[in-house]
Amino acid sequence: MPNCKTVVPYTGTKEQEEALQEIIAAHKGQSGATMPVLQAAQELFGYLPEEVQIMVAEGLDIPLSEVYGVASFYAQFTLNPKGKYQISLCLGTACYVKGAADVLTAIEKKLGISTGSITPDGTFSLDACRCIGACGLAPVMMINEDVYGCLTPDQIGAILDKYN
Amino acid sequence: MEHIRSVTRPPHTEGDTGEIATSLNDTQFYHHQKRIALRNCGFINPESIDEYIGVDGYTALSRILTEQTPPQEIIDAIKASGLRGRGGAGFATGMKWQFTADAVSDDGVKYVCCNADEGDPGAFMDRSVLEGDPFSVLEAMTIAAYAVDSHQGYIYIRAEYPIAVKRLQIAITQAKEYGLLGQNILNSGFDFELELRLGAGAFVCGEETALLVSIEGKRGEPRPRPPFPAVKGLFARPTLLNNVETYANITWILNNGADEFAAIGTEKSKGTKVFALGGKIVNTGLVEIPMGTTLRTIIEDIGGGIPNGKKFKAAQTGGPSGGCIPADLIDTPIDYDSLTAIGSMMGSGGLIVMDEDNCMVDIAKFFLEFIIDESCGKCAPCRIGTKRLHELLCKITDGNGTMEDLDTIVELCYHLKSSSLCALGQSAPNPVLSTLTRFRSEYEAHVLEKRCPAGVCKNLLHYEILADKCKGCTLCARNCPADAISGTVKGLHTIDQEKCIKCGVCMDHCKFDAVVRH
Repeated sequence: MPNCKTVVPYTGTKEQEEALQEIIAAHKGQSGATMPVLQAAQELFGYLPEEVQIMVAEGLDIPLSEVYGVASFYAQFTLNPKGKYQISLCLGTACYVKGAADVLTAIEKKLGISTGSITPDGTFSLDACRCIGACGLAPVMMINEDVYGCLTPDQIGAILDKYN
Repeated sequence: MEHIRSVTRPPHTEGDTGEIATSLNDTQFYHHQKRIALRNCGFINPESIDEYIGVDGYTALSRILTEQTPPQEIIDAIKASGLRGRGGAGFATGMKWQFTADAVSDDGVKYVCCNADEGDPGAFMDRSVLEGDPFSVLEAMTIAAYAVDSHQGYIYIRAEYPIAVKRLQIAITQAKEYGLLGQNILNSGFDFELELRLGAGAFVCGEETALLVSIEGKRGEPRPRPPFPAVKGLFARPTLLNNVETYANITWILNNGADEFAAIGTEKSKGTKVFALGGKIVNTGLVEIPMGTTLRTIIEDIGGGIPNGKKFKAAQTGGPSGGCIPADLIDTPIDYDSLTAIGSMMGSGGLIVMDEDNCMVDIAKFFLEFIIDESCGKCAPCRIGTKRLHELLCKITDGNGTMEDLDTIVELCYHLKSSSLCALGQSAPNPVLSTLTRFRSEYEAHVLEKRCPAGVCKNLLHYEILADKCKGCTLCARNCPADAISGTVKGLHTIDQEKCIKCGVCMDHCKFDAVVRH
């Protein structure tokens, strides 16, 4: 999974940083606080740049290596910013046997990007995920909070056009 | 009367007769089912504790706390019911409770946890229980805490289930308001606090030791057992960890009696199991069946068979840790031991049906890709072995495999099984071994004839235009993205095999069925 250090410059605002400090203060001293704090931080910033990881490490008084270790271990944490519309296509078993791979190819072709990357204008990012638990509707994809089920490759164009 | 609309589409028609079902229980889909874990799903408002109480919710807990039932009596009832863990491994739930109750904690702290990290692709039973009946899990966990003498619990739930998370939060808040959770529950002096912990997308965290490490806020890497969590688990204290569906059975057992539960199912597998029926099947969805029901009943009667007149080829159970059951074993009863005996496993309950268009080598490759992604990397057999296994399968689907490779695959599989640290690595070879055993001829076709019988493996495909059917309409040539088709108007077209990228566009566009795939 390409989840290396981002090249996008850090753009966090003062308000975001203050909000993060409040979250850290609320969790400080609790056992097992790292993950809830990182989850809240990602919701705040959209991703976990190095600057944010340093703030979390210093705030919770744990080594930066431990924060980075957790942030890079879990698929949900991203060290790179995501697009305005985050597409995640399910490649779980039920979706796979019903042709999700062809749907994924159709999306890649339409957007001109490969899975795991973002369009140059930052509008769409594309990821393959493993089961969102809607196997009865396979193949399924999510664009932000919207769920699309029973997909075929030829529906992709019309669906993506709605978001432009 | 605005809310009354005429029904324009019948809710359900039977597949074989086309008859319209008059009541849900009359349908083939529900007729063979028995709902215990899913008893309240769809019947009550999951965001209302009053509705849960209205269907006998919290009667078990209030009876236990007011009568001060001895904890051992509760544990004995669970033991007598024969309930086994619904997360996949099938360990006896009562024994787990007993071990945790017997374990000594230096400072008296014990934990009760719920594994709601439903990571198996193709499984959504736990999501349904949490979204449809969250209070049953809360009540069962509180009873478990009373039985093993714990006062703090955690539900570890995957973040991919936002609705389930929300409903659990609502449920916890309401239970606290009603004095059914928190300090001094029902004025009995018993305290139990419950917190949610969200996963972050790591399949390995469904493994019990990895899950507990993850609740501690660290990288979810498993550790060797023993010590088992019942002795030394979360924060090094005795910990009871059960799956969502296991908890969903608890209050039913306590309210209806262990004997009634034990009367359902087979000798060694009691009660019911929920399966997530998906893939190439007419009726998809959750089905809860008594243990021992045959695969045929599930697929033909409940599932309504395979759509589009295709033939049933295999059913995959147990997710990436399970195996494929071929058509000639369709009469296998579904229980823990029968499934293990035929090289698959119960798993958490995903049941994916495949038809003749699915290539078994490709399916094995698919599961290995999943495991490679999700291997935590701590132990070498799993980290490196799965990768080497995947390379061998790719070699076969690319048309470069040899018969020796098949032997190497089997050998590597057994090494992985015997030397991996946790269940993820130990069971990773199952999809490969079971397809190689049950569908060996399909592997051999890839190796010896360089042919994919299901027509899935792209590098082995071969498109051709039939001379007697081609009308020379040029449609295929105009749509070919690789410029691989040549021919004149009204003349026979041919495909340049060197240029062909095997995308199948020509076949999709041909109106005369002149393009064939081998």
